[in-house]
Amino acid sequence: MNNTMLHIQQSRQKRKRRYIAITSLLACIALLLCGTMLMLGNTIYPVRDVVRVLLGHDVDGANFAIGTIRLPRMLAGAFAGFAFGVGGYVFQTMLRNPLANPNVIGITAGSSAAAVFCIVVLQASNTVISIASVVGGLATVLIIYVLAKGASFSIGRLILIGIGIQAMLNAFISYLMLLANTHDIPTALRWLSGSLNGMKLESTYPLIIAVIIMTPLLLYFSKRLSMLELGEQAATSLGVDTNRTRIVLIVGAVIILALATATTGPIAFVAFLAGPIAQRLVGSDFSNVLPAGLIGIILVLAADLIGQFAFSVRYPVGVITGIIGAPYLIYLLIRINRKGDL
Amino acid sequence: MGDVQVTKRQIILPKHFWKVAILLSLLLLVTIAASFIFGSRTISMAGLMDGLFHPDVTSHEASVIRQRIVRTIFSLLCGAALGVAGALMQAVTRNPIADPSILGVNTGASLFVVCGIAFFNISTANEYIWLAIAGAFITAIFVFTIGSLGASGATPLKLVLAGAATSAILSSLVTAIMIPRTNVMDEFRFWQVGSVGSGSWDNILLFLPFLIVGIVIALLTAPALNALALGDEVATGLGVNTVTIRLFAAVGAVLLCGAATALAGPIGFIGLLATHVVRLVIGPDIRFILPLSALTGAIILTIADVCGRLLGSPGELEVGILTAFIGAPILILITMKAKMRAL
Amino acid sequence: MKDTHTLEAVGLTAGYDNKTILQNVNLSIPANKISIIIGANGCGKSTLLKTMSRLMKPTSGQALLDGKSIHTMPPKKLARVLGLLPQSPIVPEGITVADLVGRGRFPHQTLLKGWSKQDYEAVAEALDMMNIAEFADRSIDELSGGQRQRVWIAMALAQQTDILFLDEPTTYLDITYQIEILDLLMELNEKHGTTIVMVLHDINLSARYAHHLFAVKNGQLVAEGAPSDIVNEQLIEDIFSLKCRVMNDPVSNTPLILPIGKFHQ
Repeated sequence: MNNTMLHIQQSRQKRKRRYIAITSLLACIALLLCGTMLMLGNTIYPVRDVVRVLLGHDVDGANFAIGTIRLPRMLAGAFAGFAFGVGGYVFQTMLRNPLANPNVIGITAGSSAAAVFCIVVLQASNTVISIASVVGGLATVLIIYVLAKGASFSIGRLILIGIGIQAMLNAFISYLMLLANTHDIPTALRWLSGSLNGMKLESTYPLIIAVIIMTPLLLYFSKRLSMLELGEQAATSLGVDTNRTRIVLIVGAVIILALATATTGPIAFVAFLAGPIAQRLVGSDFSNVLPAGLIGIILVLAADLIGQFAFSVRYPVGVITGIIGAPYLIYLLIRINRKGDL
Repeated sequence: MGDVQVTKRQIILPKHFWKVAILLSLLLLVTIAASFIFGSRTISMAGLMDGLFHPDVTSHEASVIRQRIVRTIFSLLCGAALGVAGALMQAVTRNPIADPSILGVNTGASLFVVCGIAFFNISTANEYIWLAIAGAFITAIFVFTIGSLGASGATPLKLVLAGAATSAILSSLVTAIMIPRTNVMDEFRFWQVGSVGSGSWDNILLFLPFLIVGIVIALLTAPALNALALGDEVATGLGVNTVTIRLFAAVGAVLLCGAATALAGPIGFIGLLATHVVRLVIGPDIRFILPLSALTGAIILTIADVCGRLLGSPGELEVGILTAFIGAPILILITMKAKMRAL
Repeated sequence: MKDTHTLEAVGLTAGYDNKTILQNVNLSIPANKISIIIGANGCGKSTLLKTMSRLMKPTSGQALLDGKSIHTMPPKKLARVLGLLPQSPIVPEGITVADLVGRGRFPHQTLLKGWSKQDYEAVAEALDMMNIAEFADRSIDELSGGQRQRVWIAMALAQQTDILFLDEPTTYLDITYQIEILDLLMELNEKHGTTIVMVLHDINLSARYAHHLFAVKNGQLVAEGAPSDIVNEQLIEDIFSLKCRVMNDPVSNTPLILPIGKFHQ
């Protein structure tokens, strides 16, 4: 065993320990926020009451507040945050560009438009809404991809086309709102930038099931994903079946993204922020699927807590993530432009 | 060699200039007629005549027509302003996709107007205009600065992304300011969707000075903008002060789109659409693009408004929604045609 | 020493869209040798390299590894025998050199397990061979162009394939680094018997470092053989449309091309 080998073995193990430590820390913070979501509200309940309600005991008054109002809100926020974080990370890594995320290229807008259409025009059931949002998301990906492919594929073209498609989809959503005579801002906000208000437990089920099924699949493919990050040619020569891998990753990521969107609306910027933050914290040496998901949870829940309690008025979560996220996007743009990568 | 100068600049009209101009004028007449006749209420010929030529007749039809006349004039002026603003912005940024909405300038105007309503109790269109122009101007400079960082300058991709990011943060702020203030929400909501239905003689009179100043600036800067199209270095070599010209033309563009936005709300893609169509037909000379772009913008916005009235009947479909719907595909089309290095 | 494999092109035809770039190429890559493909820009040399290494599908014909078509083999199995360094690989941000080189171990790993002892050995060996062990913990963004290129080659080395393809490995590098990289590849070939196939722009360096040259023109193979056997004034004029003189390179005893231009006859 020579020196180099000893050295890289030690430092890689050090990096791995760091990765595990940070990921665990993120998980703890996420759990803490989940607990806080259940405790805080008009009445603040102690941990003991929250646990008892969750275990099915009767606690005076707390059952309704925690079980019916706060639990669905927390579950929707946590699972949607995870889905946006993971889905965003998958797209950013696969397309090798933090700007190529589901928010910017219009995938979440596609799901959102399909969901709104089902609600407003068809007055459809939850199941239909879920399916439609997945179909809407996949169709958007397909359209963008076909249009971007053209003569020579480039990420820049894909992003521009995505932005164009998104402008149309948002106009379509506004039109649907008009049809439904829902000129009220809360509803409009939900479908344009995301909100957790008035969440019901049963409407979170499709999202929860999808996340539980898709996360292992995406984790299993995460090693191939990090090969794709090296570019099409390098990945192929390392023995990755790039087309199959891409299809699995896209379908998996779009399913969770679409269901998250159908549940909470496209919560602004979470899919964009989670991946780059994860990379800042743990580097790119290991797969960042889990850290990105956890950061997604933290972002959504923290933003929702801020929106609910930090001001005299309640703000929907998407407004808060929008205000936090957009400056970061601008910062990232400045950095990318300076480097001259675009 | 030194005494060879281009002293007399002969204006050579583009090949199809007159044909296009006549065609557009005819189209304009048809548009105006359509805008008078169509709407949630169809008007009889007699009613139309009453409304147009007999100011003393006070039938319901006549008053509907009189409203439509105001609305039509207003939408023509807004469309023309947006068309010219788009052409100017594209020339200033040397970029085929510059448009007030894509660059986030509309949202900048929105934020300032909302702040005015919320914090300074501003409620007259007179005051909106200055706020909207200030907001538009600051946003335009901000977006352009970010988009042009780096070695390759302001590429379409960089500008669009900078605009989208800026729009996102500004609209979050708009919402944040509005949510706690229901009264602001009501006032703003009407404005926000982008509609020319708010047109009145007062608004038109208010708008005219801005339109005239903007167009004069556009025409004055046009020859220099043509030089700018060849690149900053060449333009400097031709004796153009690129910084001054850029600033001057940008002021013109912002006056136009800021005033239009203040009065009609954010209406997207008109500048992109109009300028692109015109350039496609008559070529790159900005001196000819400007007037035709104004005509085309006026026509597109008015037709979109008529369609909105018909589609949204019995209410109306806001014109901002429609223009986004027809404008976005143009953005995609330009993107698909563009060479990669140009992105 | 590495295993000896046969790698052949049989009637290989390939292109983009409707444009045929490679036409009916038949060749056999000499095992355990360095082969260099030369030719003018756009002649199809890169396409040849890509079709021979599974990056591009041929429109007709086959690339055969030990008699089997590489396009129907399981991709991971092929990747254990044949590696390729693309012309412009993409650098993921924030990754350390050791872990990037370790990604070359992908075809040898199962999907769920971490690194094995062999993985560490292969990465260490590759880093040592490319003299970049000192950068192992550094982020790749901090390295210079020449250093980065060595990292990429190290990644291809860590793949431990018997055959290694390189698409213009010296482009954009200073002459010092060019020689350094080519020396390292030669060393790899001599030490391990790795079969190396690459595209190079510089004919003189190609003549120096190749055991075997393939000259390509308009998508067809026009000549092949040892540099001293095939490189002459006629061949250069034929493939580059350039008049030249050929002399003996006093340093390496290989053919040296001196181009003739309008002002230097």
